[in-house]
Amino acid sequence: MTLPEALKEIPGTTLFDGRQAMKGYALNKMCYSFNSAANREEFQRDEEAYCTKYGLDAAQREAIRSRNVLGLIAAGGNVYYLAKFAGILGLDVQDLGALQTGMTKEQFKARLLAQR
Amino acid sequence: MAQIIGSVTTSHVPAIGRAIARNLQADPYWKPFFDGFAPVHRWLREAKPDVVVIFYNDHGLNFFLDKMPTFAVGAAAEYRNADEGWGIPEVPPFKGEQKLAWHLIEQLIARDFDLTTCQEMVVDHALTLPMALLWPDHERSGWPVRIVPVCINTVQFPLPSAKRCYALGEAVGEAVRAWKSDERVLVMGTGGLSHQLDGERAGFINKDFDLQFMESLVHDPRWATQYSIHELVEKTGTQGVELLMWLAARAALGNGPVKRVHQNYHIPISNTASGLMLLEPAAR
Repeated sequence: MTLPEALKEIPGTTLFDGRQAMKGYALNKMCYSFNSAANREEFQRDEEAYCTKYGLDAAQREAIRSRNVLGLIAAGGNVYYLAKFAGILGLDVQDLGALQTGMTKEQFKARLLAQR
Repeated sequence: MAQIIGSVTTSHVPAIGRAIARNLQADPYWKPFFDGFAPVHRWLREAKPDVVVIFYNDHGLNFFLDKMPTFAVGAAAEYRNADEGWGIPEVPPFKGEQKLAWHLIEQLIARDFDLTTCQEMVVDHALTLPMALLWPDHERSGWPVRIVPVCINTVQFPLPSAKRCYALGEAVGEAVRAWKSDERVLVMGTGGLSHQLDGERAGFINKDFDLQFMESLVHDPRWATQYSIHELVEKTGTQGVELLMWLAARAALGNGPVKRVHQNYHIPISNTASGLMLLEPAAR
């Protein structure tokens, strides 16, 4: 019986595997709670208290505080749950793309168009 | 016996929901995408499916990381859409086809697929948007079909392999064709094509691969099963791996020849290379 081999890294890509899923559980659980409008409002009333309620660690809290998308991913966030946090901020996936690649949204959109 | 009349595979980008809500179908950005569905609408009027078996992936509406099934089959009487947190309008509920659902569950488990079965399930944009694209009049006239959702995990790695998803689709197809009923069944697969939302590689698209993949579904449907999940992520992006749903849907058509009725491919819709294919068994 052979076990799966260690895989070579894909640049600029974090696979959401067991390691990330364990690390990010509290953060993702908080973001999953944002499916509910009442929870979104509770978060917006007091972000720090809401992060405490879900048990976020220091790195996760800082990444939430600073809206640091790459930081949220490094802290175990999964993009599908993070999208619900982005929704609260009024950001779409192109905004997220721009934030992660250091581009403006217009530059990011132009990059997508260039791949036609 | 029931008959599989064809397969429709399409992207399911959330922005499509916003475009529908704002009536942007004729907007220059959206027109090349929405126009792609006109031939599918014409085909559906003739083909008149009764039931849809739809392969899709949940994005954190029904399933969270507390319990993450690899393959889940819905066996509910009704499926509702719900708030996903970023505000696209909800669609009316769908009627479930429970007899076929349990038939599939029995047949698949007999063939060693260890399924999760769900008698309650909320369905997200990956199911609702493709349905809305196929039946844009649903707000007025309701959904003309009953559904069986089949959810494949693409959230948490390890994901099931392309080979396994193909085998799942194949088994679903055989089970549908062995279902004692006169129903006309359409198979759908939603997601893809190449895109990546997360990381510094966000915005990655691979047109060459997508076109080769679409072509393979006509002539060499197992082509993509040569790749590992890791290779598929590398070639298509972390979300491009949703082509697994396309593979399962294509496999359900069986190993005989298929006819390509229609195909559309357009870059970009939001961050995604959008694809659409309508296939039917050639000996219809």
